[in-house]
Amino acid sequence: MAGTAEAQKQVEDVTGEYKYGFVTDIDMDMAPKGLSEDVIRFISAKKEEPEWMLEWRLKAYQAWLKMEEPDWAKVNFPKIDYQDSYYFAAPKKKDGPKSLDEVDPELLATYEKLGIPIREQEVLAGVEGAAKVAVDAVFDSVSVATTFREELKKAGVIFMSISEAIREYPDMVKKYMASVVPVRDNYFAALNCAVFTDGTFVYIPKGVRCPMELSTYFRINAENTGQFERTLIVADEGSYVSYLEGCTAPMRDENQLHAAVVELIALDDAEIKYSTVQNWYPGDKDGKGGIYNFVTKRALCKGKNSKVSWTQVETGSAVTWKYPSCVLAGEGSVGEFYSVAVTNNYQQADTGTKMIHMAPNTSSTIISKGISAGKSQNTYRGLVKVLSGAENVRNYTQCDSLLVSSECGAHTVPYIEVKNPTATIEHEATTSKISEDQLFYCRARGLDEEEAVAMIVNGFCKEVMQHLPMEFAVEAQKLLGISLEGSVG
Amino acid sequence: MLKIKDLHVSVAEKEIIKGLSLEINAGETHAIMGLNGAGKSTLANTIAGRDDYDVTAGTIEFDGKDLMDMEPHERVAAGLFLGFQYPVEIPGVSNLNFMRTALNSVRKMRGEEEMSAAEFMKLIREKAKDLGMDPEMLKRFVNVGFSGGEKKRNEMVQMAVLDPKLAVLDETDSGLDIDALKIVAEGINAQRRDDTAVLLITHYQRLLSYVQPDYVHVMIDGLIVKSGGKELALELEEKGYADVA
Repeated sequence: MAGTAEAQKQVEDVTGEYKYGFVTDIDMDMAPKGLSEDVIRFISAKKEEPEWMLEWRLKAYQAWLKMEEPDWAKVNFPKIDYQDSYYFAAPKKKDGPKSLDEVDPELLATYEKLGIPIREQEVLAGVEGAAKVAVDAVFDSVSVATTFREELKKAGVIFMSISEAIREYPDMVKKYMASVVPVRDNYFAALNCAVFTDGTFVYIPKGVRCPMELSTYFRINAENTGQFERTLIVADEGSYVSYLEGCTAPMRDENQLHAAVVELIALDDAEIKYSTVQNWYPGDKDGKGGIYNFVTKRALCKGKNSKVSWTQVETGSAVTWKYPSCVLAGEGSVGEFYSVAVTNNYQQADTGTKMIHMAPNTSSTIISKGISAGKSQNTYRGLVKVLSGAENVRNYTQCDSLLVSSECGAHTVPYIEVKNPTATIEHEATTSKISEDQLFYCRARGLDEEEAVAMIVNGFCKEVMQHLPMEFAVEAQKLLGISLEGSVG
Repeated sequence: MLKIKDLHVSVAEKEIIKGLSLEINAGETHAIMGLNGAGKSTLANTIAGRDDYDVTAGTIEFDGKDLMDMEPHERVAAGLFLGFQYPVEIPGVSNLNFMRTALNSVRKMRGEEEMSAAEFMKLIREKAKDLGMDPEMLKRFVNVGFSGGEKKRNEMVQMAVLDPKLAVLDETDSGLDIDALKIVAEGINAQRRDDTAVLLITHYQRLLSYVQPDYVHVMIDGLIVKSGGKELALELEEKGYADVA
């Protein structure tokens, strides 16, 4: 392995290409290829699920069979053969790790390569006095390391894999799962319901401010394994939680499908801050390979004066189809969406948000920054909807697109549906080409062309980046630079 | 230090500089004067290495190295600085971040250690103070919302931080009131040493009362038509370009 790693490093040093393209060699426990009721039974059995969960999955599968893949997004990719993929792969269980010392060292080495911040590595390593960032690490479908659960438990916070939650908190899961994203919501969500393999469950009790930022690293590791995550976060009355999701994936030739579902529920006066840095393999310079990222993320601001804030930095994936949304059902609730989407080479991103104002005095803010380079296509697609009973709704939308090359595309597709005349809706949009003057100014101060682009782009994204938690912001800034390498000229 | 020989430069296939030669040695300050369209800014941009300025003939040597072989940022590392006629705004990027990134990039190219945040803060605060810049301006986005004078002053702070061997200052005096002009002039004078050189590009004699050049060159239609001492600037002011040339 050492020789391989060294060879890989040499290749990386020479090519400067995707820096997280490595494969960890851990015995897999795989379901047979393809999708069928039997495979779903296999998954459910592997997860030791109760009967009701299996029934739920099978119903979802039947629903999915009758649905059609959506084709309205501005993305193009070869038709996916759902039978040509594996739907379950898990590192082999050897009695289950009792402490981090027992976690596969190769897995820990993987985290290292992923550049998990030192602070969190210390936490993982159990260093005394290390800052408290709980990491529920999802490694190829099964959570293998959960830290700080005890301390969180003291605060009454539940932070565990969704599989565990299904076994330990079935009532809560039954009550909230699919309450925000119904099983039949869309093709990919239905597929996820049928075959989801793992994910995270979080519950913050009444009046509790979660004592640490919750962080989950996702990673796709098995060849041809689709990753179907489910995240469910419930913030009870007056609670607060900040959740970080970041991911990288190993380099692969074949496209990998990822169809996650994330559901957030905020009750009265609760606040959820959900931050994502998405850095999955985008495919090579010629558009070969890369992740298909078809994600359904939605928040229900159910309670009065509840608040949900989505912040995302999307730099990876070959194809992205993703619209983190807020359903503002509680009076005075607030929805926010801050997004940076970078596409380079042949990447395609169709991303944005939906703000559904159902209750009076609800407000929403949308700030979207799209950066297109290479031959990529970058689309902002957003809906602001105000129902007739929702008085005094406010929305502010700002969509800025920056073009780095002359062969890329930037598109803004805003939908505004207002059924109440008291609403105040503002929409601003700009599209600009990265300015030669700015580039030359930076270069004439000693930056090379790529550093100059990274600097200008980071400035362009400032309004979004400042909403990221500190440690994420630094990582994300670097990521923007890396993602745009080779984009000029 | 700088040797320009028979330089021809075209922009969008139109020849702007038509066989210009100029030599600048360490310890010297030169001023190039000329009307709009004479090719002064084209010369400055060409020296700094801007794309789309095609050198069709001639050579530019800097410290014995062929500048044409170097990217703009490499020229900065070699000790060249261009003060912009119209400093550019970079929204979202603080002056501090911009300058620190620039300085460290240059140091890296020179094989020097990067400067720590603390050291850098000390340096830039000192330079800002010398040039009468409010330290608050350092936190603002690069040139965004700066007045004309503030932008030019910012250029001088950048120059002081990078401490170039050769500073090419393109119309650094334009748009300045008399107080700002004096401060900018002080900044330039502070940069004049035995081991450095300055090339001022200007329209008017005004700045030259505060920064006295060793040589003055008159540029008309892409060529230096006359060179002399500082008295040439006064003569130009009195008689106008047509008569002097």
